[in-house]
Amino acid sequence: MSTSTVLSLHRVRKSFGSEVVLCDIDLQVPEHTVTVLIGTSGSGKSTLLRCINLLERLDDGQVILDGEDITAIGVNPDHVRRRIGTVFQHFNLFPHLTVLDNITLAPRRVHRVPRRQAEDRAEALLTRFGLAGKAREYPDRLSGGQQQRVAILRAVATGPRLLLLDEVTSALDPVLVAEVLDLVSELRNEGMTMVVATHEMGFARRVADQVGFLRGGLLAELGPPEQVLTDPSTDHLRQFLGSLRAAGRL
Amino acid sequence: MSLTDPTTYLTSDLQRAREAAAQRASRRSILVAAASTVVVFGALTLLVTSSPGWPAFRRSFLSLTYAVTAFPLVLEGLLLNLRVMIIAALLIIVISTAIALARTTTSAVLFPIRMLATAYTDIFRGLPLLLVILVLGLGVPALELAHAPTSVVFYGGAALVLTYSAYVAEVLRAGIESIHPTQRMAARALGLSTTGTMRFVVLPQAVRRVTPALLNDLVSLQKDSGLISVLGAVDAIKAAQIVTAKSFNFTPYLVAGLLFVALTIPMTRFTDWLAARSARRQSQGGAM
Repeated sequence: MSTSTVLSLHRVRKSFGSEVVLCDIDLQVPEHTVTVLIGTSGSGKSTLLRCINLLERLDDGQVILDGEDITAIGVNPDHVRRRIGTVFQHFNLFPHLTVLDNITLAPRRVHRVPRRQAEDRAEALLTRFGLAGKAREYPDRLSGGQQQRVAILRAVATGPRLLLLDEVTSALDPVLVAEVLDLVSELRNEGMTMVVATHEMGFARRVADQVGFLRGGLLAELGPPEQVLTDPSTDHLRQFLGSLRAAGRL
Repeated sequence: MSLTDPTTYLTSDLQRAREAAAQRASRRSILVAAASTVVVFGALTLLVTSSPGWPAFRRSFLSLTYAVTAFPLVLEGLLLNLRVMIIAALLIIVISTAIALARTTTSAVLFPIRMLATAYTDIFRGLPLLLVILVLGLGVPALELAHAPTSVVFYGGAALVLTYSAYVAEVLRAGIESIHPTQRMAARALGLSTTGTMRFVVLPQAVRRVTPALLNDLVSLQKDSGLISVLGAVDAIKAAQIVTAKSFNFTPYLVAGLLFVALTIPMTRFTDWLAARSARRQSQGGAM
């Protein structure tokens, strides 16, 4: 296995009851690259991300993180998740904690970083991404875009090897989408390895190194964005892109 | 100076008329309220004071002399109620949290613990408190165990702790279960263990959410601490009873009652204030 592959999936399979959500998914994510997953709602994008950080149990197959099979018997999921950052569609910030405490919770309680050090680092992150004045605020005092940016900073505060973004702009006002996507682009430029589920095709085209199209539990198409998004090889993807174009999303 | 500058904005005639009408309406409702209050209380006072037994009632329940005699004794008894309440409350917090946590576990290994916790809450929420006090206070000493405590206050307090822990555990469990699963998911995604998730994410939010209900139970506990008097512990109620037994005057009961109320009122107001504050916090949300 190449050392520059951060994540690889081998024949990942997952069903809920009789419904097969993911069927034999194979995917390689090289270091410092962005993989964008597209597909209609319910196509399995979220489930795939949740299988990667072990929030869902696989029915079959393997997930390899930095050469280690994290789906092997005896692997502690808590230890795996320490190395993966996850951002959710609905932010899921902790409402009883300030912005600063949200960001420092994992560094302090999981990675045992001393409080002072964790807070300094969090403050530095907030300052860099234009949230300097918000450290002592509670999440419900922030706009949606600010909340999602805080959620992203919370996920990267522990210095993860891999960042998973699950439709992070779907719950946002169109005006607020840009500020979140700018932050993601910036993380990409710093070399963060990411797997991103999104409906923002313009963004996908801009940041993706590879784009995967999920349909009916299958990774129906996978390739560089210019090929997948402009010259799809399957009718389904052509239809999907066509409907997005009709809706003004492409 | 702009049109939207609030300092130079002139109220329209229409709005001024609306405000005047609202003021007239509010003045009228204050008058109606005052009048009806006077009528209702006047009628009640008349009804009670004109009753045939009123002079006798006044002598045996509203005697200033006996009130003065009983007051220091009842107050001293009330200190025992307070002590019992505070110690019981501390124990209840610990025990009920343990039970609530046990009931919310899902691991198969912990099934026996979960079952015990469920049985405990079922039994002690069903048993009348007075019965638990009597069974513990009279039953356990009757066993003549070698090192068993002899104090009736101990058994009375233990009964309070056992019963209230079951109630409070259920309140806490409701709080824990009211926290949205996505909060747990977010915590687990950060690498927190189940214990860490409970301790840093779920429990703090759950406790905040049920604080008004918990304080309500505390007020209730304070009152029910008077039930230990049935075992002979000299609390406020027992002290009143002693004075009454000597004098055949019931004023001391009234004194005890007033003291209990005086104690609970600040607590209930505090509960209301906390509830209002948390409601305010929730509603001042940002753009989302």
